[in-house]
Amino acid sequence: MKFLRNTLDKYKHNFEKGGKWERFYYAFEAIDTFAFAPNLTAGPKGAHIRDAMDMKRLMITVIISMVPALLFGIYNVGHQHFIAIGEQAAFGDKILIGLQQVLPVVVISYAVGLGIEFLFAILRRHPVNEGYLVTGLLIPLVMPPDIPLWQVAVATAFAVVIGKEAFGGTGMNILNVALTARAFLYFAYPQQMSGDVWTYIGEGQKTVEGYSGATPLAIGNTVSTTGENAVQALESFGAGWAPEGFYSLQNLFIGFQPGSVGETSTLMCLIGALILIATRTGSWKIIVSVFAGAYVMGLLLNAIGGNAYVMLPAHYHLVIGGLAFGAVWMATDPVTASQTETGKWIYGFLIGVLTILIRVFNPAYPEGIMLAILLMNVFAPLIDYFVVGANKKRRLQRATV
Amino acid sequence: MGKTIRLKKGFDINLAGKAAPKIVAGSIENGDTFVIKPTDFHGIYLPKVVVKEGDTVTAGSPLFHDKRNDKITFTAPVSGEVVEIKRGDKRKLLEVKLLADSKIEYKKFRSFSESEISSVSREDAQQQMLESGVWVNLVQRPFGIVANPEETPKSIFISAFDSHPLAPDFNLLFKGQEKEFQAGVNILKKFTAGKVHVNVHADKGSSPVFASAQGVDLNTFSGPHPSGCVGVQIHHIDPIGKADLVWTIHPAGVVQIGKLFLNGVYDASRIVAVAGSELKEPQYYATYTGACVKKFLNNNLRQDNVRVISGNVLTGTRIPKDGHVGFFDQLVSVIPEGDYYEFMGWIAPSAKKLSAVPGLGLFSFLNYKKEYVLDSNLHGEPRAFVQSGVFEKVTPMDILPTFLLKAIIAEDFDDMEALGIYEVIEEDLALCEFVDVSKHNVQELLREGIDLIMNS
Repeated sequence: MKFLRNTLDKYKHNFEKGGKWERFYYAFEAIDTFAFAPNLTAGPKGAHIRDAMDMKRLMITVIISMVPALLFGIYNVGHQHFIAIGEQAAFGDKILIGLQQVLPVVVISYAVGLGIEFLFAILRRHPVNEGYLVTGLLIPLVMPPDIPLWQVAVATAFAVVIGKEAFGGTGMNILNVALTARAFLYFAYPQQMSGDVWTYIGEGQKTVEGYSGATPLAIGNTVSTTGENAVQALESFGAGWAPEGFYSLQNLFIGFQPGSVGETSTLMCLIGALILIATRTGSWKIIVSVFAGAYVMGLLLNAIGGNAYVMLPAHYHLVIGGLAFGAVWMATDPVTASQTETGKWIYGFLIGVLTILIRVFNPAYPEGIMLAILLMNVFAPLIDYFVVGANKKRRLQRATV
Repeated sequence: MGKTIRLKKGFDINLAGKAAPKIVAGSIENGDTFVIKPTDFHGIYLPKVVVKEGDTVTAGSPLFHDKRNDKITFTAPVSGEVVEIKRGDKRKLLEVKLLADSKIEYKKFRSFSESEISSVSREDAQQQMLESGVWVNLVQRPFGIVANPEETPKSIFISAFDSHPLAPDFNLLFKGQEKEFQAGVNILKKFTAGKVHVNVHADKGSSPVFASAQGVDLNTFSGPHPSGCVGVQIHHIDPIGKADLVWTIHPAGVVQIGKLFLNGVYDASRIVAVAGSELKEPQYYATYTGACVKKFLNNNLRQDNVRVISGNVLTGTRIPKDGHVGFFDQLVSVIPEGDYYEFMGWIAPSAKKLSAVPGLGLFSFLNYKKEYVLDSNLHGEPRAFVQSGVFEKVTPMDILPTFLLKAIIAEDFDDMEALGIYEVIEEDLALCEFVDVSKHNVQELLREGIDLIMNS
């Protein structure tokens, strides 16, 4: 380690003010502070001791919380692949297929995103923020398993440049960066982001007879017109080609269903949520209130009644689609979420409510959570405005007593 | 009478090296220097020095006064020779240094018996306080500036405990000074039509000096730091609105006022705790305001790479090893300097580092009662505001620090005002600076905001 430190120290002065590579200072700083926590000390007046928590540790916590979902996603891509082509396969083969599909997306996402981050850090003279370490993994997890890599690159570039840097970089952005990438693809390349894209089939492979790539959300939309009982439609789905109980509540909860790489397993999302909450990294208020909002809205729809999708039992809504994933990792993004504690309850709850509304009443957008979160990102400052306004008002009223 | 207030939010930082309850008696030795620094006070327009190098002064005679309000006088804590008038950039006055006589000669002021004190008029009391230099113990809220003698506060607050890390035990500092404290309170009562509040902590056991004080509201607080910060106490008892004025004063200042009127002298004797993990023998020393720390640290340091802080580790000022204690400080903290690199320090697990949250690989949450050895390392690098909700957890007031700080950055005067900048000074939000993941200098920023509002 001494060698590495010495090497860094040897080149450091070149990057500092007046050095020949001065303009690359922040690029150097990113690498330097990644290798070694810096020797910075507190100023001459103020807090001379500081909390051991810093931005890097915060971000790595989020990444670690996503690992279970990532691993499960890799396995599930392979698992779904072999179900779709009607073959039995060993655990290792499924993992291999999964790795083959997922790893390149992760690599592209990080390479393009971090490249742009470094570029902007150099041009705009600001530190490389650790936020992208999280975004870079979130993007692959919300992509379909067979997404063309160039689309990942374009979406990542769009999200980082337009979604973040245009607003001034990490901490200033209004919309969740990873969701911006997904929404970009969704509207720019709908063919690769909707319909039967949620299972990786592979070129030249034939699907098994009777195969359908419909997701539970798609089935929901179908029953809303056919009038068939939604639960029965889910239970009977896959008969003849998929394992029994393919879309049973239990299977949906564990996550053996087609979908974006990391979003299928509610279980893995909950494990991630536990890590985030235990380390105080993510707001439990947001996570809980998203689920609560979705559940309450589901119950309300059940009570009002209407088509067969409306009558889908509320708890099904919690395990299908990307609700859990969105609640745990997207809605909790501290920059784009509401920043007041009261606001977090409102923000999360409305995300849940909107997700179900979009799902059930808008067949054009089967997945509601993405749009619900983006919409609430836009409204989060408004929520905060009122919460902060209430605080100001309390202060004024108190003064006149 | 008094209120009982339970605070939940906040965070107690338990540092190693607390001062043992032992007071080393102080006598002035040959060559001892004492220093008064105008930088310890806020709201002075321009200090005008009235002595020259080489002059001899008695304790309580003026060294400098505020040019805009020349009644506000800063006086010598001891008698002796003015050896240095130190100035910085643009001739800004940094300190006035005295070489102390071995026996202090006091300037004489009027003295009163205990019963006479109540009949002293406000004008006479004020005159004597200003002239002798005890006045500058009074701090005005909002802004935390030296109180203006022309104003009348709606109430006066005395925080009778210190919840900061390594804080000195007030029961020890003021032992046996019931009479002086009471006399000081009696003088202070002349300055407000409202109440004089003395605030004690439920668990720290309050000394009879405070508990038996007459004519005050004795309020009891419980909960972690910053419960001892007087700004937090004001917020819960008699909050400050836009046009309100409250004065605060440290118990040492009250005692000093008491002694002035009882004995007729400016008595600057202070007990100072010298504490911290890097000291062989952390203990208390009896000395005078502005004492040099060299004597306390001699042969008392475990190692050389230390940071000496006048005050506590959350709000204090770094001073050299032969520097001097600040006017308001009764604590000198000595901690290791943190100027080292740590390989992959941002992920390395540690049970030695302290964090207010049970972060990944940070095990301090398992045992906050343990005594920690903390250094001055930032543990990270400055970043943009990202995490939300952490400041609010350590601020036991109905104030949103993140929004207040952002209003300051944006120089939005209306918002600063509406979000409560009148209610806080640096120490009240010092914990925010400690917990900040993005390593902002919260206190410096807050003072910038206060200066903006004050000068607008």
